[in-house]
Amino acid sequence: MDRRTVLKGLAGAGSLALTGGLSAPAIAQGAAARTLRFVPQANLANFDPIWGTQYVVRNAAAMVWDTLYGIDAQLQPQRQMVESEEVTDDGTTWTFKLRPGLKFHDGEPVLSKDVVASLTRWSARDPMGLMIKALQQELTAVDDRTFKWVLKQPFPKMLYALAKNNSPCGFIMPERIAQTDPFKQITDYVGSGPMKFAKGEWVPGAKAVFEKFTDYVPRQEKASWLAGGKQMQLDRIEWIVMPDPATAAAALQNGEVDWWENPIADLVPVLKKNKNISVDIGDPLGNIGSFRMNHLFAPFNDVRARRAVLMALSQEDYMRAIVGDDTALWKPLPGFFTPDTPLYSEVGGEILKGKRDFDAAKKLLAESGYSGQPVTCLVAQDQPITKAQGDVTADLLKKLGMNVDFVATDWGTVGSRRAQKTPPGQGGWNMFHTWHAGADCINPAPYTAIRANGDKAWFGWPNSPGTEKEVASWFEAKNLDEEKAAIGRLNKAALDDVVYAPTGFFLSYTAWRKNVSGITKGPLPFFWGVSKSV
Amino acid sequence: MLSYILRRIVATLPVMAIVALFVFSLLYIAPGDPAVVIAGDQASPEDVERIRQSLGLDRPFLIQFGSWVWRILHGDLGTSIFTNLPVSAMIGQRLGPTLSLMIVTLLLTIVVAVPLGVVAAWKAGSLIDRVIMGFAVFGFSLPVFVVGYMLAYIFALELEWLPVQGYTPLSSGFWPWLENLILPAVALGCVYIALVARITRAAMLEVLQQDYIRTAKAKGLGQGGILFIHALKNAAVPIVTVIGIGIALLIGGAVVTESVFAIPGLGRLTIDAILRRDYPVIQGIVLLFSFVYVLVNLMIDVVYTLVDPRIRY
Repeated sequence: MDRRTVLKGLAGAGSLALTGGLSAPAIAQGAAARTLRFVPQANLANFDPIWGTQYVVRNAAAMVWDTLYGIDAQLQPQRQMVESEEVTDDGTTWTFKLRPGLKFHDGEPVLSKDVVASLTRWSARDPMGLMIKALQQELTAVDDRTFKWVLKQPFPKMLYALAKNNSPCGFIMPERIAQTDPFKQITDYVGSGPMKFAKGEWVPGAKAVFEKFTDYVPRQEKASWLAGGKQMQLDRIEWIVMPDPATAAAALQNGEVDWWENPIADLVPVLKKNKNISVDIGDPLGNIGSFRMNHLFAPFNDVRARRAVLMALSQEDYMRAIVGDDTALWKPLPGFFTPDTPLYSEVGGEILKGKRDFDAAKKLLAESGYSGQPVTCLVAQDQPITKAQGDVTADLLKKLGMNVDFVATDWGTVGSRRAQKTPPGQGGWNMFHTWHAGADCINPAPYTAIRANGDKAWFGWPNSPGTEKEVASWFEAKNLDEEKAAIGRLNKAALDDVVYAPTGFFLSYTAWRKNVSGITKGPLPFFWGVSKSV
Repeated sequence: MLSYILRRIVATLPVMAIVALFVFSLLYIAPGDPAVVIAGDQASPEDVERIRQSLGLDRPFLIQFGSWVWRILHGDLGTSIFTNLPVSAMIGQRLGPTLSLMIVTLLLTIVVAVPLGVVAAWKAGSLIDRVIMGFAVFGFSLPVFVVGYMLAYIFALELEWLPVQGYTPLSSGFWPWLENLILPAVALGCVYIALVARITRAAMLEVLQQDYIRTAKAKGLGQGGILFIHALKNAAVPIVTVIGIGIALLIGGAVVTESVFAIPGLGRLTIDAILRRDYPVIQGIVLLFSFVYVLVNLMIDVVYTLVDPRIRY
């Protein structure tokens, strides 16, 4: 008997029965073993993976809604809800057949009309979906299990688009839900995935509960990321939102939660010392730190000013500011694509390598015509990653002799101010900091930040025809060699024009109690295959 | 008295209206855009604009304010931009944990702080007085989150007596409910205990100098009777006042405490809503808190009449 039990006993005989002072019956122990308590990276504030594209929504949605295809650990699309597909020789007509026996959580069968409605909603919001939609001639249900997508011209990345894990994913919903305007939020959370969403237990900002869907029909293949057999060993998964990392660390040590998705680097040494806790890299695809310069206004409307900053930038400074001194957690990145993935390239990356040359950078900056005007640098203080990067950038710019207007603010404000195209002195900006999930940077399809089509590009509005040409080359590539060649040229063009400044590649840990097993590394937490013993 | 209470309640209406206008205006001019947060990093400006339109955020200020007031007058606090749930339902989900935390903290404060203040006044200038007042200074000086982390480390991680985080509703049993609230209540109560103890001591010191206390002593009354029946009742008005003011402190402190101990209360809801610019939720919570402040002030005025018969309205 421990002291907690004694304390409970002192609270009075009347409450003893409620305290758990007696051993839990065997049936209760079994239930505890089939319930996983998970601390997610962020609050699940909404639950429409098409309307809201935050990663936390995607992660929860992957349990509730299934996809036609799933990306596997080799980054290849694999069949998931689809049994077979055919494409005509000219590559314009795709015919898909669904697996038999698929059911939604309300017991209704998954039909082609549900898929058509879901893909229609998805393609209105997803960048790749929009590309397909622009080529679409028709998307129709042929029969209950067959649907057809007819395009005006081939789209070789079709299966990748349907399988990708980048937000928004092509989740399949019942037709009645999928007919919701893609710019309005759904209120019904029926899917056909391995877990059901317990709407009644949802306390946004605090808790979300998922229960096993017993009628789910998993594939027979071994699970690999979003592909293969999603075999659930757990009956119930509770997401417990903890805004304070120290509390999450204490709760994990105390056995009050089982798995903490992303412990901060400062607390990892404490967790590693605990014999009941395992700590490992969570997502091998990691993240790419970045800051973007506004290409519309001086000084960064001149490529020489942008290159001057890149010449002086030390990625090590940025990475140590973000993850500390754990060298296993970061690596330099002389390019834009995720390291250790097939399309990773360092072509043209010399400007980010070797000793930093401040004299040459200052000279280039002077040639660009910079004459001491303020550089408005937006830094969100409520995001540790952006704050750390902002501090390093401010120091870097000062060393270059630039006049830094350091705007310390919150992420919500950065989010709206960065969309302003007005001059920096009139509500606009010169620089802001962010980061990109490595999973979004494995190729140009989901990689909005690499696009450089001027007014239509991401914030900063870079205009680099050379970069755009190679993006198109990648989409048209017919094999991996062609893709690699296109990405090499793209990497160089984007660095030459400094589409944005990559500050390095960094990883983060995940931590779990040792009585939990089956956790796999990946770009999102995969719950299939995870089990727990008491 | 009843007509006074009714008059006071009616008088809250213009206060609430001013608060509503102030909060709405403040949020309207504040930087940040919920549509940007919803759309996510990959969204195009056109997508953000369409979301803004679907939320009605592109409408002129007066129209937005007018429709919000109209809904409020019909008892509808609106719908959260992010969760798509009614604000009243979200507040309802969070009210229990915050109320529980505040009640336990308040009880703890009264039970600990008032006797400490009385004893300090009784033993004024002695070592006991100095120790109690030293504790009060300590309580004032330590931020809530520091106390919270220390308590969690000692009583949860090291001694394993209490849980680190969470909230269990009272319907699940008294001890499970209380177990989750002890550490947060102590952390939150430290400042409050210090404040009430100091005020109690000051008020008691003044009363203990009065002639009727000397008379009571001369009559041979016991020390306990003098302190807690004669003196404390006469020192109660400032103590009640500071307890009332302290409820404002509790609401502010609950924001931090709920984050440190992962309690799903109104404090955390407020922070989440502010960070995401969830305007209807922020407006609903501020209105609720304003109403609570007004109500607490009213209750204090009523309590005055109970502790001091000379006060009449």
